[in-house]
Amino acid sequence: MAAVRRGDRDAIADLVDRYGSAMVRLARVYVGEQQVAEDVVQEAWIAVLRGIDRFEGRSALKTWIFRILVNTAKTRARRERRSVPFSAVGDADGPTVEPERFSPDGEAWAGHWSQAPQPMAPEERLLAGEVRAQLADAIRGLPPAQRAVVGLRDVEGWSADDVCELLELTPVHQRVLLHRARSALRRQLEPYLEEPQS
Amino acid sequence: MSSSDLTCRQAVELVTDYLERTLSNRDRVRFEQHLVVCAACSRYVEQHRVITRLARELAVDELGARRDELLAVLAEVGGDPE
Repeated sequence: MAAVRRGDRDAIADLVDRYGSAMVRLARVYVGEQQVAEDVVQEAWIAVLRGIDRFEGRSALKTWIFRILVNTAKTRARRERRSVPFSAVGDADGPTVEPERFSPDGEAWAGHWSQAPQPMAPEERLLAGEVRAQLADAIRGLPPAQRAVVGLRDVEGWSADDVCELLELTPVHQRVLLHRARSALRRQLEPYLEEPQS
Repeated sequence: MSSSDLTCRQAVELVTDYLERTLSNRDRVRFEQHLVVCAACSRYVEQHRVITRLARELAVDELGARRDELLAVLAEVGGDPE
């Protein structure tokens, strides 16, 4: 930290390497395009260095840096008149698995799977194949709040507490967004996860 | 089947809470008891786990050639003027 304040280039490079890619990914949620996201990230890092003396350590450095990133991205998104409806009020409500997958009420086994998930292909094969690209596409297609939460939790590996702090979500709201996001991803990826039937 | 048994339709909405360990003890026990007798829901939970693991693979380098350019720009940035 002191090294960064001093302007030590190795310390700064270390921070950039540690957080830069995650910052690009989160910026993309707000501004869409890769090029604009990279510009936003550069702008954010400049603001970080300019403001580092004012960092009081009340939050973790990571959260402070990403808060600057989010504010920079939001400002840029507004300038480009990109509406990014971030509240969950845009998100659909209701069950996360299509009701047709379960036996209807009144039938035998009501509420149980009528079309069960199929056995999965071995994970090594999934990793090698198309699933990763399909997953990236599916994440990009999520509503912004879900995309941000699943990105920070599952792609970047952040804790629930850090995500709540950065995005100013209650723990319950964060979990709801994570649940809806993962369920949507699972639904879209389901055909690619299955062991191919001969 | 007792009224405290979960249906699959109910169970799938509890998956994230289960994986996050935020279910009450009572609900966690009901959920786990359901998984014991329901291979389909066990598969469903595993699919959620796999998606989460696969997502980690997307944490790739996004800066590429821009990294060095960025560091050069940052080298020119002074601190706040007093």
